[in-house]
Amino acid sequence: MSVPRFWRELDTRYNLIGSYCKITKTYHYPRRSFNPEAGRESIGSMEDYQFKGTGEIVSSTVVHQAQTGYEMFGPYCIAIIKLDEGPQITTQIVDCDPEIVRPGMKVKSVFRKLGEDSESGILHYGTKFILNEVSNLEEPEENIPDIEV
Amino acid sequence: MNGIVSYGAYVPSHKIETGEIASVWGADGSAWAKNLNVYSKSVPGPDEDVITIAVEATRQAMKRANLNGDLIGAIYTGSESHPYAVKPTSTIVAEAIGATPNLTAADFEFACKAGTAAIQTCLGMVGDKQIDNGIAIGVDTSQGAPGDALEYSASAGGGALVIGTKNVIAKINHTTSYTTDTPDFWRREGQKYPRHGGRFTGKPAFFKHVVSCGMMMMQKAGTEAKDYDYVVTHQPNGKFPIRAAKTLGFTKEQFETGLLTPRIGNTYSGAVFLGLAAILDIAKPGDRILAVAYGSGAGSDAFDITVTDEIAKMDRSETVEELISRMKIVNYATYAKYRGKLNMGASK
Amino acid sequence: MREVSIIGIGITKFGELWDKSLRQLGLETGLAAISDAGITSKDIDALYIGNMAAGSTLQQEHVSALMADYCGLASQNIPATRVEAASASGGLAVRQAYMAIAGGFIDIAVVGGAEKMTDVSDSESSYTVSMGSDEQWESKAGATFASLHAMMTQSHMAEYGTTREELSAVSEKNHFHASMNPMAQFPFAISAEAVSNSGMVSSPLRMLDCAPNSDGAAAIVLCATEKAKKYKKKSIKIIGSGQASDTLSLHHRKHLNQMPAIRMAAKRAFKSCGKKASDLDLIEIHDNFTISEIIALEEIGIFKRGKAAQSILKGETKLGGKIPINTSGGLKARGHAPGATGIAQVVEIVQQLRGEAGDRQVKNAKIGMVENHGGTAATAVVHILEGE
Repeated sequence: MSVPRFWRELDTRYNLIGSYCKITKTYHYPRRSFNPEAGRESIGSMEDYQFKGTGEIVSSTVVHQAQTGYEMFGPYCIAIIKLDEGPQITTQIVDCDPEIVRPGMKVKSVFRKLGEDSESGILHYGTKFILNEVSNLEEPEENIPDIEV
Repeated sequence: MNGIVSYGAYVPSHKIETGEIASVWGADGSAWAKNLNVYSKSVPGPDEDVITIAVEATRQAMKRANLNGDLIGAIYTGSESHPYAVKPTSTIVAEAIGATPNLTAADFEFACKAGTAAIQTCLGMVGDKQIDNGIAIGVDTSQGAPGDALEYSASAGGGALVIGTKNVIAKINHTTSYTTDTPDFWRREGQKYPRHGGRFTGKPAFFKHVVSCGMMMMQKAGTEAKDYDYVVTHQPNGKFPIRAAKTLGFTKEQFETGLLTPRIGNTYSGAVFLGLAAILDIAKPGDRILAVAYGSGAGSDAFDITVTDEIAKMDRSETVEELISRMKIVNYATYAKYRGKLNMGASK
Repeated sequence: MREVSIIGIGITKFGELWDKSLRQLGLETGLAAISDAGITSKDIDALYIGNMAAGSTLQQEHVSALMADYCGLASQNIPATRVEAASASGGLAVRQAYMAIAGGFIDIAVVGGAEKMTDVSDSESSYTVSMGSDEQWESKAGATFASLHAMMTQSHMAEYGTTREELSAVSEKNHFHASMNPMAQFPFAISAEAVSNSGMVSSPLRMLDCAPNSDGAAAIVLCATEKAKKYKKKSIKIIGSGQASDTLSLHHRKHLNQMPAIRMAAKRAFKSCGKKASDLDLIEIHDNFTISEIIALEEIGIFKRGKAAQSILKGETKLGGKIPINTSGGLKARGHAPGATGIAQVVEIVQQLRGEAGDRQVKNAKIGMVENHGGTAATAVVHILEGE
């Protein structure tokens, strides 16, 4: 991806900046200058809005044949999530066993590396999601003895 | 009053056990674990690096104190594993917390004490009223060469401190440094893994600097070890910090809270930040803390800190303990894959 | 509006055509279609080319002029147009030619589709296919093309109780049909068990739920019906044509288990000829994944929503059943060369309506439909064909 192509959407990627339509009172992600539901009247009525970064799983899948650039994750979870404000986005769900993800589970945003142009190219950062509940994770084995003094 | 306005921490959610690493090299895992007093270490995911960890830790600090990005006048990130050789980590952090464009930013490098050098810089700027608040970040995703002793400890994590004058939760009474040219550990430009002087990293390096700096600090502050509730030092393994603390006259009760390396490994620039965060997670108003960082090459920065009444008002949920408790174990194969230790061939 | 007929067809075998270039494939099928139509190059008024990805796979754009040139049409300076709508490129090229002839601008057009997917690595060809979805907000987020269809499948399973067995029945049926199609990439039958036990690609979709990324080409000759008799005794009429689009990203849709663009394209095609779903004798469906065939049949109105999968399992869409679907083997077994697929589907229906489909001939086939879509059905094109 070219440098400006990613750069111009940095705040959208980093901070979940989307749009709020003052006419239909609806939220949109990514940012739009035009609300398809409101038509031409919406031009000039779309305000920047920072999403809270919370939502829930709508549908998910465990990807075994990885997308280019995602090979290192092994099987990983891709989901469509619905943000609390309404819009849906496609995202990776990280830091959990991908098999446990189910519709309805609550998620929250985290800051992660999305990829890179090449080994010497620019790095891309942005938002991914994790499951809200730590209890959804496997119980860690606790086999650390008392700290030696 | 100048000091810590807020703090944040981040540790990746994967870890590998010392025995698992040892088994790959045919080494005695329990002996290594006991010798280093390191039983597991954190492992960053394929999408985690110094920048993502710095952002997560800084966002936590901003959230805890309800700070807006426009209140931040400076961001300095200390690390020896910045993802870019040229292009700052700190600008990305600034963008991700909405602090741009009215601030100054730079990345620091001084092995494992680059982050504490950033604290001192922020203190100077805040004290001189150039800025209201500055953010000092210490983060690393350090690497040990496969099979090297460092591989058992080199891990990932970090923290961020907002340094300012208003609503200070922990006053920084004094700071002092101790610096020499001591080549105990280094990484040349373009090299993937660092080199080190083996046992030379101990007495003439870590111990000399940490103990000397700690003593200087107490002399300057007019304190003794018993005046402190907590002490945290750099912790390249689980043994060095204990011996240094004991040499300075501290007891287990004072150093155990900030001693995280036995469970998360050596987070390099992140170590003192994480140890201090673990202490601030539970500290009460009036508690006094001595923090001594160490960076190879070599130098120590020490801080004499007193917790204020403000800390009681802060939401201190999502503690370092909680971050550590969510870590799940990965095997060496996954660790090698996540850490880019696999040769992916020429096409990559 | 004038009536339009198909007077010639040509197709290559689909598959890994290592020794053939894009231009070679285009030439072969173009010549085959022209000789089948009984026309000469002088009779051709325009050329339409369906191609999705030559830019990404071959670093070659301007495929329209390339094809005109290599088919020997450059000397007559023929109007040549490339049409791109991801995997619907072929179907959409047919529609462009159809509209030009129906509108009276031209009399005869050659519509060709060609794609080379094996000149790049597997991962590059997979990424190319996913460019039919939203590259910025789906592919770059880690979603593969299969994973988007996997989520449609999850959603369909959750809402309608669609089962693994039913998904497998789609592939099993299409492979059975392909076993009678010598031009198919995989001209052999496979069992439903083999589908159910194949490697996981993106849960719940497995390897044998997914169409391959193939090389291949197909071409047809369209002619104003009023002039068709001059060239071909038996021509096939295009009686209905419909096209529709939808949000590019799957996540912007209200229902993940529906494909409204197919519904609308089919509705428009039916309306243009006054026919209905029950009038159809057979359909070529764009089964890039097993779930697509199930959803498409529900959108076209062949089965009620949530009922298609059971009917497929019962054999109602098999040759000899109530309404045979994908007698060519479909994308799964005939092969899927994106720009060529929509035209290959037309070729199959023409062969069936001509009564030239050999062992896989549908008895008394009079009216057939072609459903071709791109991305996660962000573009859908439907044609209805009638034999004489």
